[in-house]
Amino acid sequence: MKVAAKVMMEIFKNEGVEVVFGVPGGQVMPLYDALMDADLLNVLTRHEQGAVHAADGYARASGKVGVCIATSGPGATNLVTGIANAYMDSVPMVAITGQVRRPVVGTDAFQEADTFGITLPVVKHSYLVTDEHELPRILHEAFYLARTGRPGPVLVDLPGDVATALIDYDPDNPPKLNLPGYKPTVKGHPRQIREAARALAEAQKPMIYAGGGIIISEASDELRELAAYAHIPVTTTLNGKGLFPEDDPLSLGMLGMHGTRYANYAMTNCDLIFAVGVRFDDRATGKVETFAPGAKIIHVDVDPAEIAKNLAVDIPIVGDAKWVLGSLIDELRKLDPSPERHLPWMRQVEDWKQAHPLPLREDPDGEIMPEFVIRKLWEVTKGEAIVTTEVGQNQMWAAQYWLAKHPRRFISSGGLGTMGYGFPAAMGAKLARPDLTVVDIAGDGSFQMTSQELATCVSYNIPVKVAILNNRYLGMVRQWQELFYDKRYASTCIECQPDFVKLAEAYGAQGFRATRPDEVEEVLRIALASDAPALMDFRIKREANVWPMVPAGSAISDMLGGGEA
Amino acid sequence: MKHTLSVLVENKPGVLVRISGLFARRGFNIDSLAVGETEDPMLSRVTISVDGQDQPIEQVTKQLHKLINVIKITDLDPNSSVTRELVLIKVHATSETRSEIIQVVEIFRAKIIDVSASTLIVEVTGTKDKIEGIISLLRPFGLVEVVRTGKIAISRGRKRT
Ligand SMILES: Cc1ncc(C[n+]2csc(CCOP(=O)(O)OP(=O)(O)O)c2C)c(N)n1
Repeated sequence: MKVAAKVMMEIFKNEGVEVVFGVPGGQVMPLYDALMDADLLNVLTRHEQGAVHAADGYARASGKVGVCIATSGPGATNLVTGIANAYMDSVPMVAITGQVRRPVVGTDAFQEADTFGITLPVVKHSYLVTDEHELPRILHEAFYLARTGRPGPVLVDLPGDVATALIDYDPDNPPKLNLPGYKPTVKGHPRQIREAARALAEAQKPMIYAGGGIIISEASDELRELAAYAHIPVTTTLNGKGLFPEDDPLSLGMLGMHGTRYANYAMTNCDLIFAVGVRFDDRATGKVETFAPGAKIIHVDVDPAEIAKNLAVDIPIVGDAKWVLGSLIDELRKLDPSPERHLPWMRQVEDWKQAHPLPLREDPDGEIMPEFVIRKLWEVTKGEAIVTTEVGQNQMWAAQYWLAKHPRRFISSGGLGTMGYGFPAAMGAKLARPDLTVVDIAGDGSFQMTSQELATCVSYNIPVKVAILNNRYLGMVRQWQELFYDKRYASTCIECQPDFVKLAEAYGAQGFRATRPDEVEEVLRIALASDAPALMDFRIKREANVWPMVPAGSAISDMLGGGEA
Repeated sequence: MKHTLSVLVENKPGVLVRISGLFARRGFNIDSLAVGETEDPMLSRVTISVDGQDQPIEQVTKQLHKLINVIKITDLDPNSSVTRELVLIKVHATSETRSEIIQVVEIFRAKIIDVSASTLIVEVTGTKDKIEGIISLLRPFGLVEVVRTGKIAISRGRKRT
């Protein structure tokens, strides 16, 4: 018999956990005590939201399960935003929360909150551990559920007296999982795959619409092979960035609300959409009634509930993207489609690309334009860095101008759109990939939501870089107010802000500032070269907007601004 | 069209709240819901009736399937399954109306299970039509209370539900 908290450390080890993020408190003290002797990195963040986003960033950058820990009550409720964020973007995560001791559960005891109930709609699954002897099986199940099928966050709510109970556990002979209702489909239906191959070979105007599911499934190579072999243009969602090299001639970049004009035109006019690892989100499709009106749709996803959820599908394929793409390529080779079959379409797509490039604006007043910073950052890092983003204009500029080349190197809160995500996520990503430069492309508003994690970066020497595109506005909301609310800037002007350079220095990090375009490159070079956490305050043109743009509820071909030429 | 979904689930705490929460969150309406243990005490069966008119039944079942504790879902075909509901009806009864009520109860092969000076309690089991029928005939006497279990269903023949 061993103390349950110690057993948890053995299970972490068994599951390959290298790092956990969290904040201690009364009900998780046994766990923290056990962590002191465990063979893993225990990162104390300054807020539980920092912990959960860091676990998320670690998971997205590594493909492994991210782990975070919080105490009962306020600790647990502080995790909720990050759990919901991980749920929306299908991120594998195990969140462990302390709970009050079993005898007092349900009595409104000190720091009691119904964490199980509060998180129910935003978890893949959850457990309230009531029998200490079930803890090992539950914890192994939590990791298994988090990383398999369509990944997602799994919550384990752990009463303090369970953590101190004595239980049996043999790491060489762990308990059997008991999940009779859980059998994710990996292999797609062969007949559907053959039909999809035929449709791809026959299409005159084909498009690939690919998303985060490809990255989760580690299917980038297969997708690249398919696109190259069948010679089909590729557009991705925000979370699909990097699954296909965006400097490849077949890449049309991101589609949707702030996508490229050419991606949106191609999607609207194509006759076949090969959709894989995507969920036809409204930010990608615009008004669904006018989305790709003439196209036949093939939809591949591991989650059957995503298929035909928002849009009717002609050829549904439930299965793991990597498996399905592999066998689809084999089928397609048998059909040996002629590369000539859709030349006019490829010419048309190329014409759109030439006619409507993303604007690279120069400001008449000589101020810094945001795309200039992002393009310089790309040049300085040769596009090899991991980029995380905050939410708002900064996120969309990053999506537009950062040409992602590799999977797991563009990390952004897509489904939930959580301000404050990018910085702690960058911390997690840096711990997953210490070999790569990691930069959070931030807005000044978002950064202020989790800036306290500068202390975490400094204390663990996690040399993350933050590039604030500082417009002293809640810029994206201001842009909508400019366009749709008569420039009435309600609660979006945030001129009162800390001196970010001094803020970074106050925490013991480095801070730099650029106010003119000619200072940008030098600031980037110095900040990225240092081996300390560093913040860059780029004072950009305050009212720069994100173009092009599809107004909410419009067809994605109805774009405003940017490259109308 | 009305659908009767028979959902086999693990008999664990929180399963029902996951199911009802899912319906609420996805904007699906439940007409009735009944739960009970099965022949295997580790499993429970939830019988849910839903209107397929207002919501694509396929989305409902796919979303239910995603719940880890849900093992099997059957959309029961009315032709090859039987459905029943149990209802307790407390109806106002006077010395003048009592015998008339008893007649209605007999026609429907229902039972009187409690008698007081001013009320009768009627127990009736049956299909939706039968239950609506008896309720509408008893209504004129003055319904005090109606308590329904919600529909349960099982497939006919050897096939398991
Ligand atoms: C937690 C949270 N609160 C509010 C919002 C709504 N929102 C979306 S973008 C935005 C402004 C973001 O401002 P900033 O971080 O400065 O970025 P910018 O748009 O200026 O680049 C706001 C408030 C959100 N997405 N997340």
